[in-house]
Amino acid sequence: MNYLLGAFKPACNISITFSDGKNRKQVPMKKENGQTALVPLFHSQDTISGKVCIEPYQGKKVEHNGVKVELLGQIEMYFDRGNFYDFTSLVRELDVPGEIYERKTYPFEFPTVEMPYETYNGVNVRLRYVLKVTVTRGYAGSILEYQELVVRNYAPLPDINNSIKMEVGIEDCLHIEFEYNKSKYHLKDVILGKIYFLLVRIKMKNMDLEIRRRESTGAGANTHVETETLAKFELMDGTPVRGESIPVRLFLAPYDLTPTHRNINNKFSVKYYLNLVLVDEEDRRYFKQQEITLYRLKEDASS
Amino acid sequence: MRTLAGVEDEDKWLAEGIAGIQHNAFFMHRALDANNLREVLKYSALMLSELRTSKLSPQKYYDLYMRAFDQLRQLEIFFKDESRHGLPVVDLYELVQHAGNILPRMYLLCTVGSVYIKSKQAPSKDVLKDLVEMCRGVQHPIRGLFLRSYLAQVSRDKLPEIGSDYEGDANTVMDAVEFVLQNFTEMNKLWVRIQHQGPGTVREKQEKERNELRDLVGKNLHVLGQIEGVDLEMYKETVLPRVLEQVVNCKDKLAQYYLMECIIQVFPDEYHLQTLETLLAACTQLMPTVDTKIVLTQLMDRLSNYAASSPDVLHEFLQVEAFAKLSNAIGKVIDTQLEMPIVGAMTLFVSLLTFTLRVHPDRLDYVDQVLGACVVKLSSVPKLEDARAMKQVVALLSAPLEKYSDIVTALTLSNYPRVMDHLDDGTNKVMAMLIIQSIMKTDSCISTADKVEVLFELIKGLIKDLDETNAEELDEEDFQEEQNSVARLIHMLDNEEPEEMLKIICVVRRHLMTGGPRRLPFTVPPLVFSAVRLVRQLESQGGDIAGEDSATPRKIFQILNQTIEVLTSVPCPELALRLYLQCAEAASDCDLEPVAYEFFTQAFMLYEEEIADSKAQVTAIHLIVGTLQRINVFGVENRDTLTHKATGYSARLLKKPDQCRAVYACSHLFWVDDPDGIKDGERVLLCLRRALRIANAAQQMASATRGSSGPVTLFVEILNKYIYFFEKGNPHITPSDIQSLIELINNEMQSDNGNTTIHSDPFFTSTLRYIKFIKQKGGLMGEKYDPIKL
Repeated sequence: MNYLLGAFKPACNISITFSDGKNRKQVPMKKENGQTALVPLFHSQDTISGKVCIEPYQGKKVEHNGVKVELLGQIEMYFDRGNFYDFTSLVRELDVPGEIYERKTYPFEFPTVEMPYETYNGVNVRLRYVLKVTVTRGYAGSILEYQELVVRNYAPLPDINNSIKMEVGIEDCLHIEFEYNKSKYHLKDVILGKIYFLLVRIKMKNMDLEIRRRESTGAGANTHVETETLAKFELMDGTPVRGESIPVRLFLAPYDLTPTHRNINNKFSVKYYLNLVLVDEEDRRYFKQQEITLYRLKEDASS
Repeated sequence: MRTLAGVEDEDKWLAEGIAGIQHNAFFMHRALDANNLREVLKYSALMLSELRTSKLSPQKYYDLYMRAFDQLRQLEIFFKDESRHGLPVVDLYELVQHAGNILPRMYLLCTVGSVYIKSKQAPSKDVLKDLVEMCRGVQHPIRGLFLRSYLAQVSRDKLPEIGSDYEGDANTVMDAVEFVLQNFTEMNKLWVRIQHQGPGTVREKQEKERNELRDLVGKNLHVLGQIEGVDLEMYKETVLPRVLEQVVNCKDKLAQYYLMECIIQVFPDEYHLQTLETLLAACTQLMPTVDTKIVLTQLMDRLSNYAASSPDVLHEFLQVEAFAKLSNAIGKVIDTQLEMPIVGAMTLFVSLLTFTLRVHPDRLDYVDQVLGACVVKLSSVPKLEDARAMKQVVALLSAPLEKYSDIVTALTLSNYPRVMDHLDDGTNKVMAMLIIQSIMKTDSCISTADKVEVLFELIKGLIKDLDETNAEELDEEDFQEEQNSVARLIHMLDNEEPEEMLKIICVVRRHLMTGGPRRLPFTVPPLVFSAVRLVRQLESQGGDIAGEDSATPRKIFQILNQTIEVLTSVPCPELALRLYLQCAEAASDCDLEPVAYEFFTQAFMLYEEEIADSKAQVTAIHLIVGTLQRINVFGVENRDTLTHKATGYSARLLKKPDQCRAVYACSHLFWVDDPDGIKDGERVLLCLRRALRIANAAQQMASATRGSSGPVTLFVEILNKYIYFFEKGNPHITPSDIQSLIELINNEMQSDNGNTTIHSDPFFTSTLRYIKFIKQKGGLMGEKYDPIKL
């Protein structure tokens, strides 16, 4: 895992293992270099425990001013890269200053850690959790080791989950009524619905349902809003006649979605929208956007 | 958007589409071989994306579709085998729905759906319901049609019908029907919508293209017709109303026509019969431009055939009052579809009539009703001029003739003549001819005066000039043929009962008398003979009816006299003369001397006044003589008068040979070879002598004018008369008379030989040979001839 660090020939090799590492679920995560790595998955209130193993290279000794492990929850804005805002920071001192001659293992534990936010990798912002081991050294700079972890939090089934129903139209041109069965969907959910055509005076090429993510970062004047289309799903081909109803059935599973995040630590928000787009034969687009709330349902509880 | 681009462009696009399919199919197959589900789905979706084109005409699109279809079959085999892709079919069913484009998604879904049903992990009806619902997403007419057609195809053997592997709960048939109906409805909507695609300028082409696609829609109805367990009840309550609702509501001429046709063809006759009302009600609601008449015609044809198939089903027709309903519907259609040409209405009537004749052959009132309706329709239009319509009317009128071997039946139809009135003269005649021919063919005899009256009313086109048509326009041959037919018809009128027969004759006579001079010569003779036959019949039955006032020979003869008299004014004296003679003979057989005398008088008067042509005179004289000879009713005085006249006229013929022959023929008037016949040998001899004198004179005249005396034929003929009377035992004819006559002839011949070479008369030679033969034979006759020396 630490080839890069190894390349600099540090004095020692630091590895972090989790005590339930073998059983813990791992999920793929895209790293900064574009590669995907499997990263252990945690949930809020989990106890994070494991061992830090420091192994000096071939008889070298490592002098240090102390060894510590930190659990950091960080928000990084890309316009302000490298500058992390830690919203969670827990520290465990592992060793008092001294020298390490041989492989030495330190157990650590962060019991029932509160991790209120989910790991998030967005366009302008990311939220990450990381274990950081620091072997503090005075002169040669501290030796650091990071272990990323992914946090996902399950939400309970919402108490209220109304359908979305709306009538929209352009006068004397197009009049439709659409209905999505819920306003809150879990990530493996399926969106069911119907589009009723009450008036059709334009010739349509097709109708798509898009899932759009709106990520806003910063606050006040510095707010950046980034919108991505994550899914484009063709609902209809051709022009319907008046009175036609077109079914909607969109499985969310294949798309890379996250739960809706509202105002995470006053830093950013992630919202999702269903965008119904009608394209006419002159390639004009008529659309109507509706926010939906995405949430993560405990896997075995979901379908 | 398909434009008016040329065919080459379209071919190019098709080729591109095919190439696209092949390309992706290649990768799909590779993935199939590797059992790589993800890749399979990817390439199959890409392949199916080729079907998203809008550039092709339906025909070309079909080509493309078929290629994709073949590939989908391979795909289905893969989907079926869970061990190859490792995914339960239910998951697969979800997985294929992840495809972003609807068309590939739906094709894949249908394919997996088919596997899903086969796996029986879900009830067929649920899967089908889902599929048919999801297909709504494809609203493009052509793409939608083909997609749904694909659905229909893959689901065909998986319907939850009774007895199938996929049979569901109690309502299973309903589920199957529901599915097919829904798919049908949607397909029809799409099909109808094609016309609203492109610009109006290519409407005609579109119409043609649409027509090519109709079977895709119609196939659903076929399926409906084949679903096991659709009983009458269900058909009546669900299937038919739903289908018809769609048909009526789509308001499209092409679809309505085609679908009605389909309905009629696809479902059993029995169902049609039981749902006639509904079906017909729908017919009246079709668009005015729909050719309802063909639809109705087909329906009626089917029902007719059904009725003909088995007598057992006939009561069903009665039960549902099929006729009344059909008749009603046709009336409505004709009333509402004002633009329907008259020929259309007529075609409908013909069909209805055919139906009636087959189904209710005993209900003449129905037939009459149809004809009545036809009259009403015909009356509402001006003169019928459309030749095709005319043809239909003829067909309409012919149908009962063909059906009822007893032509008389047709005669009782009160509306029949009224329909005929609407025909033009030519057609009217054709129709009349048909009627007559039909009578001839069936050899049926018309036996009451009333029927005869009706019949002649029907064929009046032949009997008289209907209006001022120019006689010159008529083809002489046709005219003769027509009149001959009428003449033949008259012979078909017969009744054993003399009273009635007399009435018939009177009726016929009344009609014929209106015929005018051109027709009478044809029509009077059969009438006369018919009457004469009646007279003879009365005669043979004896005189017991003679007491009655009406049908006495005397009365008939009166009528005959008047009838024939008309001919004299035509003028057609020769014919009249013959007829008089016929009547005279008949009267003689009835022992009505005065009547016979009267007829003879008429005949002689005709001879005197009207027959001027010498040839005709000769013929007439011989006829008179022949008839007179046979008549034995006359008393001496009358007979003398008549024979005297006859011989007198004979001697006054123009040519000598004619005179001679007539005179020797008159000799028979005095010798009737009957036991109680007159035998006045002396006057016979007088006649013969006179004939000889004339022959002599003729001979001399011939030699005077031409220098030769000519043949001796007259003498030989007279010789034969001598021999005849001699053999009959006329005492005034002696062997010496014969002997001298033979010598005379021989002399004549010798004197003749002076000019010409040997000229033996074969007649004379055989006469001589006869005499020799008798002599040699001996016996009584031989002895009589003995004195004659040859």
